[in-house]
Amino acid sequence: MAQTPGGLMSGPDAAEPERQRGTWDKVVEINEKIWAIPTGILEQVGTHVTLFAQSLRWMVTPPFRIGVLVEAMDYIGVQSLLIVMMIGLFVGMVFALQLTSALRQFGTEGFVGATLGIAVTRELSPVFTSIVVAARAGAGMATELGSMRITEQIDALATMAVNPVQYLVTPRVVAGTLMVPLLSLLFVTMAMAGGYGVAVWLEHVDPGVFVENARWLVETKDLVQGLVKATVFGCALTVISCAQGFNASGGAKGVGIGTTRAVVGSFVTILVLDYFLTDIILVLQHK
Amino acid sequence: MSAAEDASQKSKDYQIRIRGLEKTFGTHKVLKGVDLDIERGHINVVIGGSGQGKSVLMKHLMGLLKPDGGHIWVDGEDVVPMDDRELNKLRRKFGMSFQYAALFDSLTVEQNVAFPLIEHTKKSKAEIHEAVLARLGSLGLRNIEKKFPAELSGGMRKRVGLARALILEPEILLYDEPTTGLDPVATKNVDDMIRDISKQTGVTSVVISHDMASTFRIADRISMLYEGKIAVSGGPEDIKRCDLPFVREFVEMSGTVRFDERVVVDVDMSDEDDTRPRGGG
Repeated sequence: MAQTPGGLMSGPDAAEPERQRGTWDKVVEINEKIWAIPTGILEQVGTHVTLFAQSLRWMVTPPFRIGVLVEAMDYIGVQSLLIVMMIGLFVGMVFALQLTSALRQFGTEGFVGATLGIAVTRELSPVFTSIVVAARAGAGMATELGSMRITEQIDALATMAVNPVQYLVTPRVVAGTLMVPLLSLLFVTMAMAGGYGVAVWLEHVDPGVFVENARWLVETKDLVQGLVKATVFGCALTVISCAQGFNASGGAKGVGIGTTRAVVGSFVTILVLDYFLTDIILVLQHK
Repeated sequence: MSAAEDASQKSKDYQIRIRGLEKTFGTHKVLKGVDLDIERGHINVVIGGSGQGKSVLMKHLMGLLKPDGGHIWVDGEDVVPMDDRELNKLRRKFGMSFQYAALFDSLTVEQNVAFPLIEHTKKSKAEIHEAVLARLGSLGLRNIEKKFPAELSGGMRKRVGLARALILEPEILLYDEPTTGLDPVATKNVDDMIRDISKQTGVTSVVISHDMASTFRIADRISMLYEGKIAVSGGPEDIKRCDLPFVREFVEMSGTVRFDERVVVDVDMSDEDDTRPRGGG
């Protein structure tokens, strides 16, 4: 019971400070909740940066785990081939369809190949490829590492004097960084093939014009831009997916939360990074 | 601190010595100054209720968790300040059997048990195969080496986990709740196995358990973790006769002991900073 200088409070007066304290508690609570947002984000960023730094450190520390690296490359790269090819094909096809119908209004449908080429090499291929890999392999990795964490398999690795970051995270990060740009090259090929098919065979664009305009306007630097982005995205999405799985807690539900965060976090990071990388690359290329 | 200096000395009787170990998670202080000695070549059981920090204590022994305060000496070497490289060296002394076996579910039984050999020895494939089969056989596991962990029963998984922990012939074996989730027959088998392994190999065993019946079957020495501290430490007979209410409750619930005669043993529930090594009851 609160005390006033006049002695013990009673009656209606006593309720007043109680109510005030209630309001104050709410203010404190809301304040804490608001602060929890930036500190939570900072904590997440810190977790990811730490894990990335550790995986870099273990990359240059023997023993080098070629076997697990090949396995990770197979999982992230080879097993994503079919889906990346399919998505590449259809993205190229639908873009060609839209572009032809839009450019035809100005009588410039001959530029379909060039426009599609620039869009695919610079943007569509790295972004779509990394999103596909994040949804497929990223979610898979987060779930796998998450369940390894909650069933103590990660602790078991450590007890057997094997560093879990070196064994589980480093190979995946290397594999993601190497395989996503390769997949993105494949995406470019498939998208251009699909675009050519739709533009030439269905929309009756002249094949010579399609190819010549593309060759004339799409430059090596466009492809380089796309590959640089794919490399960065590949690295980012594997670090995020591994971190979410590696730090999962709280049983099956925790693994679920980790997987959701891995996919959503990867998507958001890829698109945000895309803007800033594009800005940086364009400035560098125009110097 | 003379007691701490004394504890840091390599002891013939104690393989692991812990003084003043503290660990907090968030706002929850789990370990509040644990003092514990692990006898070399014996079966040391740490008992305590759920959520008392038994597993947390065990994870500190191998440096899987860093304490907020206190010291752990394994063979006279302080574990707390060790870096990754030193910890990896230290961990080769240990084998750990996990509560739910923690087998790698993407690997077969043989690959699981062979894992430490592949990592830490230069043995040929044939030698590893032979060693794995011999180890599995000694634990009564035959014709399962090509199976995956998901195809095994809980008891079998536990034994495979034990085979993996034993394959490098560790000096110290840690068991995290070895009998949890097993039926009475399987529990007795696991108890016999722990005793047999201890007798055959002379390994120092540390068992974390809340199963009193099993504890009294296997233990050479029992310590009770209660409210973040080791409340009681002594031989099985001392614990049976202990007069502290929470110990009595814990032991009586197991239905293994009747309290005809009670003696207070080696008890320290005070909050003062007491780092005296505890005696054997």
